[in-house]
Amino acid sequence: MAKRLLSGVHFLQGDEACAEGAVAAGCRLFAGYPITPATEISERLSWRLPETGGMFVQGADELDSLTIVIGAAWGGWKTMTATSGNGICLMQENIGYACMTETPCVIVDCMRAGPATGIATAVGQGDFYQVRYGSNADYSIIALAPESPQEMFDLTVEAFNLAETYRVPTFVLADEIVGHMREKVVIPQRLELAERKRPSVPPEGFVPWQAEGSPPVPAMPSLGDGYRMPVPGLTHSETGGPHRDNYEGHKKLVERLYNKVEADADRLCRAEDGCLDGADLVLVSYGSAARAARAAARMAREAGLKVGFSRLVTLWPFPDAYVKGLARRASKLLVCEMSMGKLSREVERAAGGEAEVLLFSKPGVELHSPTEILEIARKVL
Amino acid sequence: MVQVAQHPALKYFRHDSPGVPHLWCEGCGIGLLWHYTVRAIEELSLDPNKVVWVGGSGCTGRMCTYWNYDYMHTLHGRPLGFATGVKLARPELTVIAHMGDGEASAIGGNHLIQTARRNVDLVAICNNNFNYGMTGGQFSPTTPFGARTMTSPDGHLEHPFDLCELVKTCGAAYVARWTVVHQRQCINSIKKAIQKKGFAFVEIVTQCPTAYGRRNQLGQGADMMRWLRQSSVRREQAAQMSPGELAGRIVVGEFVDRELPEYGAALRELARRRGGEVDA
Repeated sequence: MAKRLLSGVHFLQGDEACAEGAVAAGCRLFAGYPITPATEISERLSWRLPETGGMFVQGADELDSLTIVIGAAWGGWKTMTATSGNGICLMQENIGYACMTETPCVIVDCMRAGPATGIATAVGQGDFYQVRYGSNADYSIIALAPESPQEMFDLTVEAFNLAETYRVPTFVLADEIVGHMREKVVIPQRLELAERKRPSVPPEGFVPWQAEGSPPVPAMPSLGDGYRMPVPGLTHSETGGPHRDNYEGHKKLVERLYNKVEADADRLCRAEDGCLDGADLVLVSYGSAARAARAAARMAREAGLKVGFSRLVTLWPFPDAYVKGLARRASKLLVCEMSMGKLSREVERAAGGEAEVLLFSKPGVELHSPTEILEIARKVL
Repeated sequence: MVQVAQHPALKYFRHDSPGVPHLWCEGCGIGLLWHYTVRAIEELSLDPNKVVWVGGSGCTGRMCTYWNYDYMHTLHGRPLGFATGVKLARPELTVIAHMGDGEASAIGGNHLIQTARRNVDLVAICNNNFNYGMTGGQFSPTTPFGARTMTSPDGHLEHPFDLCELVKTCGAAYVARWTVVHQRQCINSIKKAIQKKGFAFVEIVTQCPTAYGRRNQLGQGADMMRWLRQSSVRREQAAQMSPGELAGRIVVGEFVDRELPEYGAALRELARRRGGEVDA
């Protein structure tokens, strides 16, 4: 059997690195529908999974793909799908089902310019809210945003770990530039991998949806393990039964599904920042846009301007406390994003008036250039 | 000492569920369909811990929630996708999906044709009662032309699917249709479907007296069952009849029983060819 962990130094495309991250994390089944700019993930997994004892399935569409991913997760496997924003549109109902049934799975969204078909081969960052709020009613998910092929590997592994730990669909919110660029990727000698919590009691004493521990999630048997497991999309009690008339039970369930992630926002927060010493202005961004913002901050410092940068890696749950901290340090936050102002709304909310929040938006297609950002920084300082 | 005999189906029934007593209407055919499924499982002496029921939404989708072992109660139209995932990861399990006619062929139509085409080793049972019952009786892709439903008060304008022909054309390994009145044939076909290595589709035509029957003057549950029996014609006999003679008749029998390469087995074989071992 081929190695799952290709330790060493590689020159990989972001999508390829993502596929390697999945295999390294123990992914056993991938199902996905071809879509630019995520297709290369499918292509690599169509041979990397079989040679490592896994399965690649090309779904008939994105609905088919995610249902198969969720089903196989209940068969006991780590599973993943990958798509772009259009595909996320089609997956939304299944995402809600995965949240309700606390199914660990990884969903990669290589964002492209939209709306609708938009420009398939061009970058965008417009799916920021789509991955968080696209399905009906209240739930919570985790989303991580890579800025490089290296992080396409690292954060895909991390997404599997978080999905297993929190029993929640976890997004790798990448974009076309990160997915298609080629860079050096270092795959380590060994990885820390998380596994889902399994029942510690025999079937007779097992309460299928009783949540314990931190985060508060139930133990998850696989189907066929003898636990008489109900996997219900309906509001359910701890025993799994339909809960049509129990409003208290509904409240308890939905609040737990929401809070198991949201209440852990600080623990889940990952961010990178620099040049913050005495910064009057901090550039806030994520994904490929953050590469330009980082370069702009360094150019600004060389020019003697007090500009720092912050790159959010965890987008959901939104790192409120971290952003509030940035707002307390600087008088202005300039959000650089390739959408018409989504990240900036969250930054403004989290800043809570501690700093003025400004937006440099582009509706996808074109990445901000460091020079452009520097120009704006000069004007607003 | 007095021995109290337990109903043989009781061990399969999730009687401690808040969903009990069940939600189906008086005279509904789904209870019989539930019974036929567990009879097939019982007669094959399957370990029920190795049988997973998958359902979606609607009256038929609820069948799985009364199964006392593993079940997935999923989304409207999508049981076959979830079932495929379970079966690929756990080939030793018998995975049975029950779907209503609307679920199977309208919202879930693509899953049905793609799963049949892939020939995934699943048991797909379609409860065809000619309408969407749980939402109050609207027309579905199997509603007969001219029939009255809540959304076709002047008579249905569309022509119905022949689901067995559809699934057969798509590449299913086993296809049969019976009405709920054909008790032994239904049980035997479900048994064959379970034993078939490949995609097996059993359409069972049932009565929905509350919604479909009432609006089409077909009477109560028992009246509708008589109607189902009288409308049925065996496939062999139907082959000798003209289209005019077949109008309004339900053609029953086995339509396909063949050996075809199965999808999960093909994926496992692919892994072996690549040097991987899925079940290692």
